[in-house]
Amino acid sequence: MIANYGYRDGSGDYFITIDTDKCDGCGRCVQACPGDIFQVVDEDPNDPFREEPLVIIVSDKRKKLKYECGPCKPPTNRPPLPCVKACPQDVISHSW
Amino acid sequence: MAGENTQEYWRWTESHWKNPDIRWEDAKIVTVGIDVGSVSSQAVVMTDGHLYAYSNMRTGSDSPESARNALNFGLEETNMPESRIDYCIGTGYGRVNVPMADRSITEIACHARGAHFIYGPEVRTVLDVGGQDCKAIRCDEKGKVVNFLMNDKCAAGTGRGMEVFADLLSVPIIDVGERSFQVKEEPESVSSTCVVYAKTEATGLLRKGWQVNEVLAAYCSAMAHRIFTLIERIGIEKEFAITGGLAKNRGVIERLMKEIGLEPMRTDWDTQIAGAVGAALFGYALVQKGKGRKK
Repeated sequence: MIANYGYRDGSGDYFITIDTDKCDGCGRCVQACPGDIFQVVDEDPNDPFREEPLVIIVSDKRKKLKYECGPCKPPTNRPPLPCVKACPQDVISHSW
Repeated sequence: MAGENTQEYWRWTESHWKNPDIRWEDAKIVTVGIDVGSVSSQAVVMTDGHLYAYSNMRTGSDSPESARNALNFGLEETNMPESRIDYCIGTGYGRVNVPMADRSITEIACHARGAHFIYGPEVRTVLDVGGQDCKAIRCDEKGKVVNFLMNDKCAAGTGRGMEVFADLLSVPIIDVGERSFQVKEEPESVSSTCVVYAKTEATGLLRKGWQVNEVLAAYCSAMAHRIFTLIERIGIEKEFAITGGLAKNRGVIERLMKEIGLEPMRTDWDTQIAGAVGAALFGYALVQKGKGRKK
């Protein structure tokens, strides 16, 4: 499942996409993220029949991604994003 | 006060229904889905996976009470005791506050499953325009979610936005769609669908000499465009189905379908019950798999 967490507002699109089929819930992104936006859960909240761990975006942070992710996204010389870099399965992508 | 206008134009009719062809006494498994949304609440009763009864009401300020009212209203004419329910699932914004629910499931999963039941297995893209959010879901032939996106940060392009607008223009919400087509030519869309600025937007246009119907048309088309840009992100695949209250507003839907270039699937069911139908079906599947409680 492609899970798009985030929102669109007047300033742009702020979505983090998680490919849940690739995710095994290893939690490396949780440790890598300075904003604590990731969380490993025991089952997919959007698929009641999948009972393997996977990562989701913390619900309180879903509407604030532009600001939560801001520190990792300087306007110039942006380094690789810690969450994307930490993931061995290439699960995470950002829309902005 | 003389001439005071007390009519609530946003108010839509609450309803309930019972399938006359089913006797609950004959059922093996009875499951219930309760969808407590931000604006409306539904309860759906299913007997062995068939739609038996449902109710559709406005959500009050108290989520547990709204869930209770919806269930009571749904069971009203059935004579079925609540103890007969084998499994109950809560969904929607208020899902964690459904006291009689055995578990809760997200509305994303439930809407896909519900649309799959209501519209048939050909559904691949589901758009749910709820009271305060808009969900775009792609699903497979089994009704399982494969891609989803939800926008609940902004009320523009939601059912509540339409309610506010209907009230501002004193047009009963049920007539908005029809009247938005009673214009000589399609006006330009309003520049902002912001619910907070809706009054400024509407009165500005009326002051310029626009007819009420033209303002409605301009708002409907702006809303359609806003929804379109959102679902574009996940890609649209045939067949396309719309659930939620806004599916009843042809003013928005027909303009949206023009942008997409597709015909939407049609149904005689109440489109607002999709989430609760999905929840009840999940309950049925869980009981069958031995994961639910069966007395």
